[in-house]
Amino acid sequence: MSSQPNRPLSPHLQIYRWQISMLTSIAHRASGIVLAAGSLFLAIWLIGAANGPDAYAAVNGIAASWFGQLVMFLWSFALFYHLCNGVRHLVWDIGVGLDLETARTTGFVAIGVAAALTIFVWIWALLA
Amino acid sequence: MAEFRLPKNSQISKGKHFPAPDDAKRVKTFRIYRWEPEAGENPRVDSFDVDLDRCGPMVLDAVIKIKNQIDPTLTFRRSCREGVCGSCAFNIDGKNTLACTTRIEDIDGDVRIYPLPHMPVVKDLVCDLTHFYAQLESIEPWIKTDTAKPSRERLQTPEDRAKLDGYYECILCACCSTSCPSYWWNPERYLGPAVLLQAYRWIVDSRDEATGERLDELEDPFKLYRCHTIMNCTNTCPKGLNPAKAIAETKKLLVERRG
Repeated sequence: MSSQPNRPLSPHLQIYRWQISMLTSIAHRASGIVLAAGSLFLAIWLIGAANGPDAYAAVNGIAASWFGQLVMFLWSFALFYHLCNGVRHLVWDIGVGLDLETARTTGFVAIGVAAALTIFVWIWALLA
Repeated sequence: MAEFRLPKNSQISKGKHFPAPDDAKRVKTFRIYRWEPEAGENPRVDSFDVDLDRCGPMVLDAVIKIKNQIDPTLTFRRSCREGVCGSCAFNIDGKNTLACTTRIEDIDGDVRIYPLPHMPVVKDLVCDLTHFYAQLESIEPWIKTDTAKPSRERLQTPEDRAKLDGYYECILCACCSTSCPSYWWNPERYLGPAVLLQAYRWIVDSRDEATGERLDELEDPFKLYRCHTIMNCTNTCPKGLNPAKAIAETKKLLVERRG
């Protein structure tokens, strides 16, 4: 790219100020990765169910442990965040909501709604 | 591929400190990125204490004062000093903007000034924009027509003219492109927000007759579709333009023409 190969590269991530749009974008990608990893557990759970009561109980035991519940809690948040922010992206793709003020507001809304849905689902699941 | 860390030769070391005169009352520290091509050393950040009572209100005023009165080797681009030319685009206080339209008093604490992010540095705050300009040239930012040349100007209705508002004002300062993480990770193949905004400016121009051809050129997984609507571009544009919107509209046109 440059005629002088020893030219330094100016700092980027190291110095750029974090802003809501940047955060929601990287979180969308991160939650997508979490969901892909989480679907592996879903597969393990189904395999457990297919292998009879003992295997199913073993998988359920892991899922019901405090660590299993923590992982599922984070996974459910990733799911709802990815869903909400995905809707935001769909709306952007029809050319709507791209002005700065709206984009900033919908970013906070996506995070807030995802958190609310996560908490709602867990309260519902724990009471059921 | 994304390389989040700076290469070895680009890591920043601590630089020199230039204190303010003893009688200075309102002192502001400017931390400025320095790199001297002939020294064979890594970049460093020098700090300059500036007496604001003897300095103009804008960040560019301070940078010029530093060059004139403290360290004449400080190197940067500047020209119009009123937000029209786009020369003094730096990363100021963590965000890309023009030094000439940024007020010193709007910045809390020290004023940190770096060259535009993720670019090869020529010296100090001057980065190499050769590739950026080559990308601009690649989208052929001029009118292209097939019809016979009219005897007078090519006319446009006020409605068609209005479609260029928000796009023709771009001054090509490169703030947006160098704020974009997608452009950081794929500068060779992704065109970046500034160039895509220019491309859209010609796509929507009713006088241009190469719209289809222009869209063909952009229909590419990297040139256009590396935009993931991160919106750093729109957040940072010192002219208040919206490259993210221009890119979204271009993507829409590509879908619509598929029918």
